This record gives sequence, structure tokens and C-alpha cells, in this order.
Amino acid sequence: MKQSTKAWFRQGDPWIWLNAGAVTISVIMVTGLLLLIAVRGLGHFWPHAIIDGTYNPKQGEAYHLVGEMADEEWISASRLRESGVEVADDIDVLQRVLIKTGNRDISGLDFRWLIADEIENITYPEDLFTIERREWGNYYGVVKAIKENGIELNIKGELYTVLQQRLDHALELHDKIADIEGKDIGAINYGLERVRLRERALELKSGITALDQARFQEQRSEFYARYDTYKESLDVLYNEIAKDSVIVVSMDGTETEIKFSNIVNAYRPNAMNVIQKVGFYIAQFYGFLSDDPREANTEGGIFPAIFGTVLMVILMSIIVTPFGVVAAVYLREYAKQGWLTKTIRIAVNNLAGVPSIVYGVFGLGFFVYFLGGSIDELFYPESAPSPVFGTPGLLWSSITLALLTVPVVIVATEEGLSRIPKAVREGSLALGATKIETLWHVVLPMSTPAMMTGLILAIARAAGEVAPLMLVGVVKLAPTLPLDGNAPFLHLDRKFMHLGFHIYDVGFQSPNVEASRPLVYATAFLLVAVIASLNITAVVIRNRLRERYRLLET
Amino acid sequence: MENTFENRFGMSESSMARLRKIRKAKDRMATASITIGGLSVVFSICLIFFYLLYEVMPLLMPASIRNEANLETTIPTETLYSVMEEQSQIGVSVNTDGSVEFYSSDTGNRLKKSRVISENITVVTSEAPSKQLFGLGTESGSVLLIKHEYRSTYDKDMQRTIHPSISYPYGEDAIELIEGGSISALAFRDGDSALSIAVLSSNNEVYLKRFEKKESFLSEGIELEEQDTIRLPTPSDKVDNILLSSDQRWLFLVEADKQVEVFDLNNSVDSMWIGVVPVVNNTVNDDIRITASGFLLGGISLLLGDNQGHISQWFMARDVNGHHSLKKIREFSLSDSPVTTVVSEHRRKGFVAGDAGGNIGLFNTTANNVALIQRVSESAIEHIVMSPRGDNIIVQSVGEPGILWNVSNEHPEVSFTSLWNEVWYENYDEPAYIWQSSSASNDFEPKFSVMPLTFGTMKAAFYAMLVAMPLAIGGAIYTAYFMAPALRTKVKPTIELMEAMPTVILGFLAGLWLAPLIEANLPGVVSLLVLTPILILLAAYLWSRLPREYRSRVPAGWEPVILMPVVIGAGALCMGSSSFLEDVFFSGDIRRWLTNDLGVDFDQRNSMVVGLAMGFAVIPTIYSITEDAIFAVPKNLTFGSLALGASPWQTLVRVILPTASPGIFSAVMIGLGRAVGETMIVLMATGNTPIMDMNIFEGLRTLSANISVEMPEAEVASSHYRILFLSGLVLFVFTFIVNTTGETVRQRLREKYGSL
Repeated sequence: MKQSTKAWFRQGDPWIWLNAGAVTISVIMVTGLLLLIAVRGLGHFWPHAIIDGTYNPKQGEAYHLVGEMADEEWISASRLRESGVEVADDIDVLQRVLIKTGNRDISGLDFRWLIADEIENITYPEDLFTIERREWGNYYGVVKAIKENGIELNIKGELYTVLQQRLDHALELHDKIADIEGKDIGAINYGLERVRLRERALELKSGITALDQARFQEQRSEFYARYDTYKESLDVLYNEIAKDSVIVVSMDGTETEIKFSNIVNAYRPNAMNVIQKVGFYIAQFYGFLSDDPREANTEGGIFPAIFGTVLMVILMSIIVTPFGVVAAVYLREYAKQGWLTKTIRIAVNNLAGVPSIVYGVFGLGFFVYFLGGSIDELFYPESAPSPVFGTPGLLWSSITLALLTVPVVIVATEEGLSRIPKAVREGSLALGATKIETLWHVVLPMSTPAMMTGLILAIARAAGEVAPLMLVGVVKLAPTLPLDGNAPFLHLDRKFMHLGFHIYDVGFQSPNVEASRPLVYATAFLLVAVIASLNITAVVIRNRLRERYRLLET
Repeated sequence: MENTFENRFGMSESSMARLRKIRKAKDRMATASITIGGLSVVFSICLIFFYLLYEVMPLLMPASIRNEANLETTIPTETLYSVMEEQSQIGVSVNTDGSVEFYSSDTGNRLKKSRVISENITVVTSEAPSKQLFGLGTESGSVLLIKHEYRSTYDKDMQRTIHPSISYPYGEDAIELIEGGSISALAFRDGDSALSIAVLSSNNEVYLKRFEKKESFLSEGIELEEQDTIRLPTPSDKVDNILLSSDQRWLFLVEADKQVEVFDLNNSVDSMWIGVVPVVNNTVNDDIRITASGFLLGGISLLLGDNQGHISQWFMARDVNGHHSLKKIREFSLSDSPVTTVVSEHRRKGFVAGDAGGNIGLFNTTANNVALIQRVSESAIEHIVMSPRGDNIIVQSVGEPGILWNVSNEHPEVSFTSLWNEVWYENYDEPAYIWQSSSASNDFEPKFSVMPLTFGTMKAAFYAMLVAMPLAIGGAIYTAYFMAPALRTKVKPTIELMEAMPTVILGFLAGLWLAPLIEANLPGVVSLLVLTPILILLAAYLWSRLPREYRSRVPAGWEPVILMPVVIGAGALCMGSSSFLEDVFFSGDIRRWLTNDLGVDFDQRNSMVVGLAMGFAVIPTIYSITEDAIFAVPKNLTFGSLALGASPWQTLVRVILPTASPGIFSAVMIGLGRAVGETMIVLMATGNTPIMDMNIFEGLRTLSANISVEMPEAEVASSHYRILFLSGLVLFVFTFIVNTTGETVRQRLREKYGSL
């Protein structure tokens, strides 16, 4: 039996369908967003084919084109006409492609929007190289020769193999150099700074004697001597790495010499088969996770940002867990359950909804300027006028985020405590255990999953929070990690890099947004993946916990 | 074995008692430490509120002055002008006999006196309060420009000594301006490209002398190129004072105690005259007279004090036709005695005025703020000597030694008016709401109106709620009431997972992906918003027309799955036809059409983008709470209604929604709280321009984004810094109230259902 149209409306079916539509739209938005981030973020590491063709525009001269296809879009012809591009009258919309031609040092621009139909004779020659450089971005072109000490090598066998061998060698040398410069010379600089601070401290405290001065001088000369030896080995390495270079030819026929020291990676995407591509993909992804950023964060990896985020979150957890748990235990087990406790509970609950930027403002004013400023005055007078703790840094960021997430831990722990059946508690007390013994041996172990849930949710929230950190400690580029080989190893006063801020900074403050966009998507994907998996873990733990107590109650 | 205590429990009675004591002590200790720990966490949470309040409080503090020292000597009566140097340690005054005297500002003792010109001087003016250049007009009609300078030296114990000196930037010889006659008033301005001097002769004529500045080729210095002296049109009445604006364009003549005559020096002599403005209202009472006049910092605003104790601010503003005229901006009231002196501050748009009754008043023009009025003397105030930092003044009244007052007036530029009302700023043609907190120049008028920011916050939240409410509430209604349980267990966690999505990612997508997408496909996006519901209804109708055997293949509560292809299809259709629509309806460029035909500006990062992105961020919050509220409505209510013959929709509207409405209300409140405080999305998805405009295609700036942009640069403890704290406090209190309301309503609801 079919309903009449009138009845269909009267019974309210259209409204039900509209509500169903709202669910559909929400779900499509959510999954679409996750897919968008995943596809764009993960697609970046796949080796893109390099096209070779002739660009023959209606106006201007035709030229040889080599590059990667980065994006495409359909655009209305009239808009193109307005911007001065000649388009035939019978066309309404046409396809445009974004070609990454690289070679910024030669042509000045990395990307160009071209009309798809005007690219002719497209081929994918196998000898085209993508060369990732430390400066000037990618290079696309053909390798003509390899030089050693400025003399062209007479290569028997395949050029690509030779190039790879030399490149591996150069990368090895580069790592050694980075190691010496970063670790060893870094340690010397750090040591020298410490000597200066000790000297200044002594000067401020009791005045400096000639004996002291001699001692400090001796320490200094020790450092200088060590520096000289490192300098020598560095010179050798630099000479070695500067030896090799490669001659490449770009799309307009310009020959360029690229030093191997400037090359990060060189490969022929058109010559790769699927297995090689997968291998390359994995290597690229690993590099993304483990390398330092290059070229104002627009290239390279995000290791320091991952490291900073993780370290900050760990410190925050160490601070937030005991305080959150103690507060929850107090509110649930010790405080008198009157209106005051109820009010406090609602207030704590609502603090989770207070904008995070407010915590940032508080952190900057109270922790950084007030507490940090006082600490500097009391304990670090020798560093003045440069602040130690009186400036945004890792410690203040962790504490600010701990304050931000403490309501989450309190609420979750309280819920866990309230779920423990009264009988369990009473049983323990009846056997003569004191209150703390009951808590410590019975109640708390049973509510650990709840605490874990709270902590995981707190971590998920802290890992994605950016606004307060912009005020209390993140920077776009930190010269040193907050954890290194120099005593006291963990430098709480240092500024650090953060995944979320990295996204904001590279996406919005970077000089070359087009080139860095894939990296931002990849970073975003990583952050979403971490936070989503943390949340899912929390949900799973919570569900398991509920199952367990359902058993207990029956 | 003997049945002793020891054998039964493994220890003696006494050691058992000891153990019990220890355990009890431990328990007590634990209680104490947990109580202390718990309370301290609660305390530290409260600390946020109190600290924010502590940082904001100084804004509300009234100004005060404290008697620092009584000078031993009186500043001589023949003093024409007096001012202090940066550290407020030394004052300098210029006397009628052509001498310049430096004195210690806390004792009044003379430190140094030198004669700079050999004739008597009739008038002294300072170019501007913040500059150290004096102009001296003499009996013989010439003008000398001198500069007072200070050099600090430090001895072994880091004690500072300040050495004052005088220099002659334009030569030691006076510039002759009028032949045979003394100068009775003088105004000059030393700009980057020209030096202008205007003088009033004793026979009431005004002369203007200009020197163009040229870079010298021979020496590195600057050469003055003298222009001919101009005699201005004869003033219409007796001139009391002449004032020249800092851009050297406007010359104001204060005349006959009651009017100001204005000249535009950019015009030729015949068309210089702009008009005469009566500056006192003599219709009621015809003995109001102007008794003091001067410039405010910046050389734009005139300050005119009258004999009724009023001080008014005037500057040139354009009317509707673009003509400049002198407008009265605001008026302050000091007392009812005649105003004797008006002295501008050197760093802020404020001034100090003294009257014949011995009162002094501290005012701020921008904030329309009377910071302090205090009677400091029995006799009329004669001189007020200002220190550059505005922290000290020397007040000299007739017949008494001067007194050095320490001024505590930290934030005069902040008042309720300056934060929330329209303010008529200098160089503006009408009062406006402006947020502009800093600028490179020193005599900048800070514009601290938080209205545009509050408006931006509300606008962003409004559009976000417009997107989020229908989707989240509709979705929650369906999920809780109609959806098949198997589907519900998948859909609900998926949407709720989005609550944990870092907003920086949403902001980044909104700014870098959605904003360009909307810009390129605006007709498509708009048609999508309109077309989707229509298409859903159409699909639903067609579905109901399908034969039953097809329909029964999809069980009840799976409608969203049927709609999947419809929604995706609608999206593809609208986005795909966007260029086509643009071509047909908007002649190929909708942005131009918007601007030219509708007069609507279009920014790439606009409120629509924010609405969509922040709406997306708020959906999970509202959805989750609403869904819980509807799902918690007892099932017997539903069954009763259905059994009486109501359709499911009728049951929902008449029974379920009224019962669950408090829950939905609290969901909306909590969602609103989140939208108001969100920072990263608005920071990245808008242009952060503090404008007040409801236009959906323009950007905005919210309180929270403003904090994150300006806080790192704000100078600690400055008014700007404290206003940012104030906006943090406002956000805190607002979201706290909104959340508490929502939470309380929700608790009530829970208790109500408990009884059903």
C-alpha cells in the first residue's frame, strides 16, 4: 500500500528524512575530512612521474617543459580571458594544471599554472632525474656527467649507479659533519657558556680572584684545544665532500653544476617499477619522521617537532597525573559531599570548556613573567640580562598544559571511583583496613583504567593544543633539542618545536606556501593519526572498564 | 599449641597495638596530605581567575598624586616656560631677560644659568611637548631657536650625574622676522622637510616664515633654504595666541577670548582663510572667555580652557562635503574657576590643567577620562612643569614655592568609554569603533575599542552556530530516535571522534583548502547550501513512491545510508556546475558581480569559511550532548504516545523534544562557549581585520585571535597588555557562565528523568 502524498507530509516523514540528511552530511564531512588529509598527506611521498613535453601557448613562444604534475583544476574561460589569457570563444571552461618545474635557482619560480591542452608531445623519459637539494628546492633535469675535483669522470657502466655510490658517500660525510658540528662543537659551545656563567656568578657573589681567573682561563683553553682538533677533522671532511659534483641539464638547456654536498636525494621516478616505488615511499616517509627541517621548514623532516611534542606531553603527564588523581580522590572520597563539593565539581567540569588561549594568557603572565622572572632573579643572576626561565620555554608549556588538562583527569578519575561498588569498599573496611589502606590496595587499583582513560584523553587534548603554546614556549625553529648530551641533559628552559604549531607556521608564515603545502598535509595527517589512536585507545579502555564492573555488580 | 594472642596473630599484643597506632597515623597523614593536595589543585584552578583579575585591576585604579618635595625656591615670576628632562631630576626655564636656567627639580636650586640672547624676550614656546626645541621671540621682532640637551655620566658606584647644556640647531643668531616691533605671540614647527615660524606683531599682524630643508652636498648636514616672509590676511579680531599644527598646514589664531580663526597654509595667501569659529557658547552667558590654549601631544588637537573651568578639545575634521572645519570633540570640566594653564603630556594623549582656584586636573582625551581633580594650593596655579614620562609635575602657584608631585596615573587611556563606546579619534572625521593598538610613531593615539573584537567574536560564533545547530541537532534527533541500533554504534563514535580533532588542523584546512575552494567555486557552494535539502526531500519522496518490495530491502533506521549517494551527488553536481553557473548568471566572475552590482566586498578568508570550519568543530559537542539528552528520555513516554496513534514524528515533536529541550539548550550553550573561545580556526581562516560589518564575505578578528596575535609583542604592564588580559578575563567569565548554565540545566534534567 502506498501512502498518499498528503499523508506522507502530514505524518512528518519529510522531516525525518531531513534529519537523516543531517546525519549523512555530518558523517560525509567527517570521513571526507579524514580522507582528504590522509590522501594529501600520504600522497606526498610517492615518487611522482616527471613529464617531458612542449608547452605551446597561444601567446608567446613555445618552450620545452619538464616537471611534476602537482594539481589540476577546471576554470571558467571568462576568468582566464580577464587575466589576459587568450581562449577560443567557443570554450566555456577549461582544465588547468599546476606543474612543479623546480629549478628555482634558474627560473626563479617553482610552480606554474598551465592550460592542459597546450602541453604537447608528453612523454615520460626514463633518464629524467629529480634531485632534492639542500638549497633552492628540487631540480628536474638530465644528468650529463659527474665530476671529481672539477675533472669529468669517464664512466664505464651505468651513470646512475656511479651517481648513487658517490651520493651515498657524500651523505655519509654529511652525516659525519653534522655529527661533529652538532654534538661535539655544540658541547664545546655549551661548556664555554657554562664557564662564562660560573665566572660571572663568582664575580657577582664574592668578587673574582686571580686564581679563579687562571682556572677559568685554563678551562677555556682546554675547550679551545678540543675545538681545534675537531676543526681539523672538519676541514678534511669538508674538502672531501666538496670534491664531487654533477653536471645537469635543465628543461631550457641550461647546464648547472650541483655539488654532491648540496644533494639530499637523486632518483629517476620514471624508471622505477612499483616495488622500487614502494621502497622509495617508505624511505621518504621514514626520512620525513627522522630528519630535521630544511629551507625555513618548507622541506625535509619534522623530527624536532615530533620530539618536542612528545617530550612536552610526557612532562605534562608527569605533572598532571598525581595532581589530577589526588584532587579526584579528595573530591570523591574525602570531601564532605555538600553543596560546596558539588559547586567545585561543576566548576572543575566547566574549566574544561574555558578557551585554551585563556590558559595561555595566564601561563605567560603568571608562570613566565612572574614565576620565571622571580626564579631568574633568585637563582640565575649571572645570566642577566638574558632570561633563563623568565622567557617562554618547555617547562612553562608543560605546566600550562597540565593546568589545562587537569579537569579532564579529575573528571575521568572521579567517574572511575564512583563506579566502584560500595560493597567492595565496605568489605575492605569491615576487615579492619584503614581508609588509606582500602584506597591504596582496593579502590585505586580498580580505578586505574579510569585514570588511564583520563590521562590518555588529557594527552590527546594536549598534543593538539596550539593557541596557549604560542604564548608560553613554541618556536618555529629551535636550534637545539631540549634533550641532549650536555649535562643536565634535560633543558627545561629551552624553547621547542611542536607539530601543531609547525602546521600553523609552515602553512601560514612560510615564504613558499605552494611548495610546503604537501608537508603540512603530511604533518597534519601524523598529528590526526596520533590523536585519533589515543582517543580510540581511551574509548576501548573505558568500554572494557565498564564491562568489568558490570560483572562485579551482578 | 597454646591458644595465646601471639600464636593466633603472629605477634604480641603490644606490637599489634603499636602496628595499629602506626597504621592509624599513616591513615591520618594520608587524609591530611590528600586534603591538602586536593585543595591545592582546586586553589590553583581558582588562581587563574584571581590572577587575571589581578592583572586587570590596575586599569580600574584611579590616578593619584603624592607630594614628593617642596622646592626651596620659587620659580621666578618672569619665567615664560618651564619643563623637566627625562629623569625628572632637572627642570629648565626660560626667563624674560633672555636667560635659560637649569634647576634641580626637587629643591628648586639653580644648577646652571646662561644668557642665550642679549635682549629681553617677550614670548617662549616649545615646538611640541616631546621635543626639546624652544622658540624665543624678542622685543626687536626676531626669533631664536634653542635646544636643551642632557648628557649622563656614571661614576665608580654607578651614580648618575646629568649635565645639561644648550645648543643652537639653527645658529646662535636670531632670525629677524618683523622690523621694529616686538613679537607678542609665536608658533613654530620643525619638520623633516621644512621649518615654519609664525609670529604675531604688536600691531596684530601675523607673519609666516618658512625654510625648506635641503640636504647639503658639501657637508653631510642639512641646509635651510629661506623663503620670503608672508604677511597673512589681517586677523578679524585681537589675537591672543597663535598655534601651528604639526603638519605645518593649519594655523590657528585664538582671538578676543572667544573665537579661533583658521588658516590653511597649503593655499596661496588669498585663499588661506578658512573661517572664524566661535569656540565659546555665549548665547546663555556672555562672559565665557578663553583663558588658556595649547596643543595636545601630536600637534593636531587644540585644547582651550575657559574662565568657567572647562577645557575643550578641538581639531580639524572633514564634513560630508569634504570641507575641513574646526570641530569641538569633547569637553572636560575642572572646576568653576578660570583655567590658567593647560600642559600636554609628552607620551600620551593627556594633559594637566590648573585653575585660579588652586585645583589641578589630570585628563585623557581619547578615553574622555577625568583621571584626577585635586586642590593643591590656596592660590591660583601659575605654572605646571611636566616631566616627559608623565610621572612627575612641579606645580607653582602664585606667591608660593613650587611643589614636586609624584603622579601615579598608569592607564588613563583606558575607560569604559574608550573600550566600549564610539570614540572620535584624531584625524578621523567622525566617532568610530577602532582597534589599533600600536604604531611606529611616538605620538600615536592608541585605539583600544574592544567593540570590533567583541563583534567579530559574536559574528564568528553566530555563523558557526548557524552551520552547526541544524546539522548537529537534526543529526542527534535522528541518531537517538530513528536510527537502527547497529548503525548508531558506528555513527556516534565517528562524529564524536571529531571533538578531539586539533583545531589547528581544521584552521589550516579552512585557510588553505576551503577558502580558495570557496573563492573559486562560490556559485557552486551557495547552490550546494540551497540544493542539498531540496534534493534530500526529492529523494525521500521518490523513495516513498517506490514499490514496497524495493523499500523493504532497506530496514527502518538506515535512511542515512540511502541518502549517501544523494548528498555526494549533490556535492559533485554543484561543484561541477560552478563554473557554468558563474558564466551564465554572473557573466563569468561572481566576485566582480558582488562588488560592482551588490556593493559587497569579498575577502578570500571570510566569515563563511570561519562559519563552516568552526561549525564543523562545534558539531560534535552539540551532537553528543543532544543525542544523550534525547536518548535518555524514558521509553514508556514514546510507547504511550505511539500507542495512542501518533506517528513517530508527531511523538518526537510533541513528547520527546519538549522533555529533552533543556538538554538541547545546554548542548547549544556549551557549543556556543566553544565557538566563542576558539582561537586557531579564526586565526587561520580569517584575515584578522578588526572591522565591524555583518557581511558574510568579509573577515573579522576575534578576542581570542587578537590575544594570540598581539600578546607576545605587548609590553609587560602597559595598558595594551592589561587590555589583552581583560579580554582573556572576559572570555573566561563568559564561557564559564555559559558552561555553568548549560551544566546546571543538564543536571536538573538528569534528576527529573531519575524520577520518571
